[in-house]
Amino acid sequence: MVEWTDFERATIQDIFGKMDYEVVGPAALSRCLVVYPWTQRYFGGFGNLYNAAAIASNPMVAAHGKVVLRGLDRAVRNMDDIKGTYAELSVLHSEKLHVDPDNFKLLADCLTIVVAAQLGKDFTGDVQAAFQKFLAVVVSSLGRQYH
Amino acid sequence: MSLTDKDKAAVKALWAKISKSADAIGADALSRMLSVYPQTKTYFSHWPDLSPGSAPVKAHGKKVMGGVALAVSKIDDLTNGLLELSERHAFQMRVDPANFKILSHCILVVVATMFPKDFTPEAHVALDKFLSAAALALSERYR
Repeated sequence: MVEWTDFERATIQDIFGKMDYEVVGPAALSRCLVVYPWTQRYFGGFGNLYNAAAIASNPMVAAHGKVVLRGLDRAVRNMDDIKGTYAELSVLHSEKLHVDPDNFKLLADCLTIVVAAQLGKDFTGDVQAAFQKFLAVVVSSLGRQYH
Repeated sequence: MSLTDKDKAAVKALWAKISKSADAIGADALSRMLSVYPQTKTYFSHWPDLSPGSAPVKAHGKKVMGGVALAVSKIDDLTNGLLELSERHAFQMRVDPANFKILSHCILVVVATMFPKDFTPEAHVALDKFLSAAALALSERYR
C-alpha cells in the first residue's frame, strides 16, 4: 500500500480542490498531443489535429480532456486504494483502448507542466514531489491490469 | 527527432525571453531535482549543503545554465559544440546519462512556473526537443 505523508495528502487535496477541471483537462491533453505528437494515434476520430492551434481549439480534445481529469478525480478521492479504484479503468485502457502504458507518463508530465504554470512559485520542489508521486501511483495503477 | 528550423527558431525566441533569468532558473531546477529525485544527491556528496537555495546549489545551477546557453549558441551542431562538456561528464563526473532527462524535466517545470504565458505547447515541444538533443550530445563521448 502506498504511504502518504500528511503533507502529501494535503497538497494533493489542495491542488485538485482548487483546480478547474474544465480548463486544466483540455490544456493538459492538448499539450500532450502537441509535445508528444505520436499520442495522436489514439485520437484518429477526433478530426483536425493538424497543428497546435487546431488541437487547442478542437472541441473533441477539450471534451476528452475533461473526461480524463474527472477520471483522475477518482484517485484524488481514493488515495488509499488507487490501484483498486483504477482496476477497471486499467482493463479498459488495455483491452478496449489499446493504449501503450508509456503514454500515461507523457500525459502526467504535461499535467505537471500545466499545474506548474498555474501555481507559479507556489509549485515548490516539495509540492512538485508530492504531485509527481501521486501521478506515478496513478500511472502505475493504470498499467497494472495489462497482460 | 532532430531539430527542425522551426524548432531552432522557437528555442532561440524562448531563450531570448528567459535568458536573463538563467541563474534563477538553474538554481531552482537544480534544487528541485535534488528534492524531487533524491537519488541525484549521490553526485553531490562532496557539497556541504544540499538544501534548496544553498550557495553550492546556486553556483552549480548557474554553471549548468551556462552549458544550456552554450548549447543554444551551438544549436546547429550540438555534438561538436558540446564535445568538451561531454568528455567531462563522461570521464570526470561520470554522470549516468539517465539523469539528463531528469534535469531537463526540472528545467521545463521551472520555465513553466516562471514564464507561464510564454511556455506555450509549441515552445514546450521545441525546448523539450532541444534539451533532449543537448543531452544526446552530452552523452556522445560516454562509450
